[in-house]
Amino acid sequence: MDTIVSSASTDLQDYTYYFVPAPWLSCKLLRLLQCYPPPEDGAVKGRLVECLETILNKAQEPPKSKKVQHSNAKNAILFEAISLIIHYDSEPNLLVRACNQLGQFLQHRETNLRYLALESMCTLASSEFSHEAVKTHIETVINALKTERDVSVRQRAADLLYAMCDRSNAKQIVAEMLSYLETADYSIREEMVLKVAILAEKYAVDYSWYVDTILNLIRIAGDYVSEEVWYRVIQIVINRDDVQGYAAKTVFEALQAPACHENMVKVGGYILGEFGNLIAGDPRSSPLVQFNLLHSKFHLCSVPTRALLLSAYIKFINLFPETKVTIQEVLRCDSQIRNSDVELQQRAVEYLKLSSIASTDVLATVLEEMPPFPERESSILAKLKKKKGPGAVSVTELDDSKREAGELNGGGERAAETAAMAASNASTPSPSADLLGIRSSAPMSAAPAAAGSLLVDVFSEAGPAAPAAAAAAAVNNDGFLRELEQPTDASEALLVEGSGDADSAPASDDPAPPLSDADDLLNKFVCKNNGVLFENQLLQIGIKSEYRQNLGKMYLFYGNKTSVQFAGFSTTVSCPGELQSQLNVQSKPVEPLVEGGAQIQQVLNIECLTDFSEAPLLNIKFRYGGALQNLTLKLPVTINKFFQPTEMASQDFFQRWKQLSQPQQEAQKIFKANHGMDTEVIKAKLLGLGSALLDNVDPNPENYVCAGVIQTKGQQVGCLLRLEPNGQAQMYRLTLRCSKESVSKRLCELLSEQF
Amino acid sequence: MMRFLLLFSRQGKLRLQKWFTPHTDREKKKIIRDMMLIVLNRPPRTCNFLQWRDLKIVYKRYASLYFCAGMEDQDNELLTLEVLHRYVELLDKYFGNVCELDIIFNFEKAYFILDEFLMGGEILETSRTAVGASLEDADTLQETMEEYMSRPAY
Repeated sequence: MDTIVSSASTDLQDYTYYFVPAPWLSCKLLRLLQCYPPPEDGAVKGRLVECLETILNKAQEPPKSKKVQHSNAKNAILFEAISLIIHYDSEPNLLVRACNQLGQFLQHRETNLRYLALESMCTLASSEFSHEAVKTHIETVINALKTERDVSVRQRAADLLYAMCDRSNAKQIVAEMLSYLETADYSIREEMVLKVAILAEKYAVDYSWYVDTILNLIRIAGDYVSEEVWYRVIQIVINRDDVQGYAAKTVFEALQAPACHENMVKVGGYILGEFGNLIAGDPRSSPLVQFNLLHSKFHLCSVPTRALLLSAYIKFINLFPETKVTIQEVLRCDSQIRNSDVELQQRAVEYLKLSSIASTDVLATVLEEMPPFPERESSILAKLKKKKGPGAVSVTELDDSKREAGELNGGGERAAETAAMAASNASTPSPSADLLGIRSSAPMSAAPAAAGSLLVDVFSEAGPAAPAAAAAAAVNNDGFLRELEQPTDASEALLVEGSGDADSAPASDDPAPPLSDADDLLNKFVCKNNGVLFENQLLQIGIKSEYRQNLGKMYLFYGNKTSVQFAGFSTTVSCPGELQSQLNVQSKPVEPLVEGGAQIQQVLNIECLTDFSEAPLLNIKFRYGGALQNLTLKLPVTINKFFQPTEMASQDFFQRWKQLSQPQQEAQKIFKANHGMDTEVIKAKLLGLGSALLDNVDPNPENYVCAGVIQTKGQQVGCLLRLEPNGQAQMYRLTLRCSKESVSKRLCELLSEQF
Repeated sequence: MMRFLLLFSRQGKLRLQKWFTPHTDREKKKIIRDMMLIVLNRPPRTCNFLQWRDLKIVYKRYASLYFCAGMEDQDNELLTLEVLHRYVELLDKYFGNVCELDIIFNFEKAYFILDEFLMGGEILETSRTAVGASLEDADTLQETMEEYMSRPAY
């Protein structure tokens, strides 16, 4: 490469193309260099930099030949070199020089060069070093946008403006793009509209400016404003209280224009319907005026718009009762009720009836203000990407879409990476304190476990990312907080569990002692058979079990939550002490390799030989990123799993109750209620226990009575259960009578935790 | 990599087409139609590159013929222009002052030259003399064979 560039032209006589030595070969070599990361070796790097500088220098020299081919070839090499410099992104002075060179080209006589310069600057704008340098050329670019005759060059200029937009010049650029939009070609209008919408949203410091911009957009290029854009503006207006009044006023004024685009009517109708009350104080925009304004456009609109307007009318009835009669007249008139379109007719009839029959309270509840939307990935971005084709998404967009803290999908992927980083730090105590810190600062208790893991990680990630993004991030986090509502204690145990595990990950080969909170987990599973047994940042273990007589089958699902594979994955089930003789657990071996994001299954066959009180232990070992992970859990196999329900009438029940009257056979416990004393919940738990809930047995209807038979290989143990709740004292008395003493004791222990 | 190379006249007649990726006949026809529509409608002094679907299109007009090449995103446009120019030079060298009629009547030679220096969408041989030499060899072989076949058998 070096030799070609610095050689004299006489050496390669035949391969010289109009005084440029071997252009195709040079370009291919430069392109090849782009495939490799920048060289670390100092000497090689030096030569490379020298080479690139020579190329840049040669561009400055006067051309050796007047022919266009010569300059084409020379510039071809130059552009290739520039894209290599951009790709390396590490030499600031080269980048700045390249930028200046491109800046010169921007005003070149030849259109081709201008086009290419604009295109290269677009990629240059995304690199941090040269972003500043690119911005200095903004005036030239705007000029190009306005005066260029060639439409493709104008389009490139618009692309470049989009790429180099950032906080400082956002307003200016958006204004320029809007003015260009008025004269732009129809073919690129839609793309421009999307871009303006995205820019306005991303850099809107002041949301009223954003609303203005979007309304202007609709006014200028209404036809090309796709649905996503105005959905988005409505989402934003609803999510942000401060801008609602301003939006209502602006929309009102905009609607007063004589030639109003249909999209404007849609947006206007929606916003006035929701927030018309905010401007009703002003006599110019009193409710009746608002209504007349909207109604005047009614007949000019298509069916979906009219449907939306009808909804707005009913909202008016709710907000402004004084307009009720007028609006009802409208709804009642034939053109609505007998409208040929089913949707309109239905809406008119329903709204009419609703307004006449319902009281104000009901109406108010039905037509309550729209709650804030949960934040999702901007559908506009998605549409833009789809439109430009898979190859053409610019680097900035990809970076931005990654940086948007609100994205659930993006957040999920990054969560995996941060989980990986966090896990590798887990052995040192200080980062794990951070983990706990971050987790506890998130003031939520988790949603259902499956989604909970993802959301939890996003939250711990959202902390550092939030300052980077704009106010939008705050909105997004609020949206999340609102979304996560009902706590379930079980999942809370999981959370504590997860962070507890991060602290105690010993890198030894011996089975780790069972986790401290393993008992909690066990309790969770006494009354149910399926669920998530354990979860931490790396691994999620779910179980599904079914039991029949004295046999049981348990499916264990190990899910790898990271994107890195687990090697040497092995699980062992052991029955400590006496349990060996009481319970028989057989497991099929699992594959030693679990891919990132994959889930493997293990089947366990359990046989109950006789009654038992301990739980078998499950020890899991695997290698994650070089560190050995070792954890032990208690398998939720409890004696009640082998319960068979038996129905019996009350006499039978009391007969047996008397039979089991020996003191060893009875176990009684009085304890305070741990959970709420809700009948349905208790019933569900008792049924989940596996016993049959008997009705009409106990003279006191508040009490719960259950009966069942525990099946073991050796014998069958009859069990009778009586649960007496005391509402005022929030306490229970639990009495268990079984033919075997140990069973009563064990069941009593288990059950007292459940209620 | 070049995806395709088309030559068509100002009246919209296709003179030469070379495809470097497989397409069905319907797709080919569609692409040709699209190219002609777009390129022929461009005003005279606009730049030679444009974006179409996910490809860059580089075109140049030589006399009455439009040379149109479809490139992938990472390729250098100016270089492609030079490729087109190199092709024209080779044709010129072989036919001597080439014009559209030459290509119409000797299209198999035109394809031959194209194949000599473009292969699989990438440029193969950049030296003019090398391509010229192989062309001459081919011609000599052809003439020898013709002579040989036309000699009366004894």
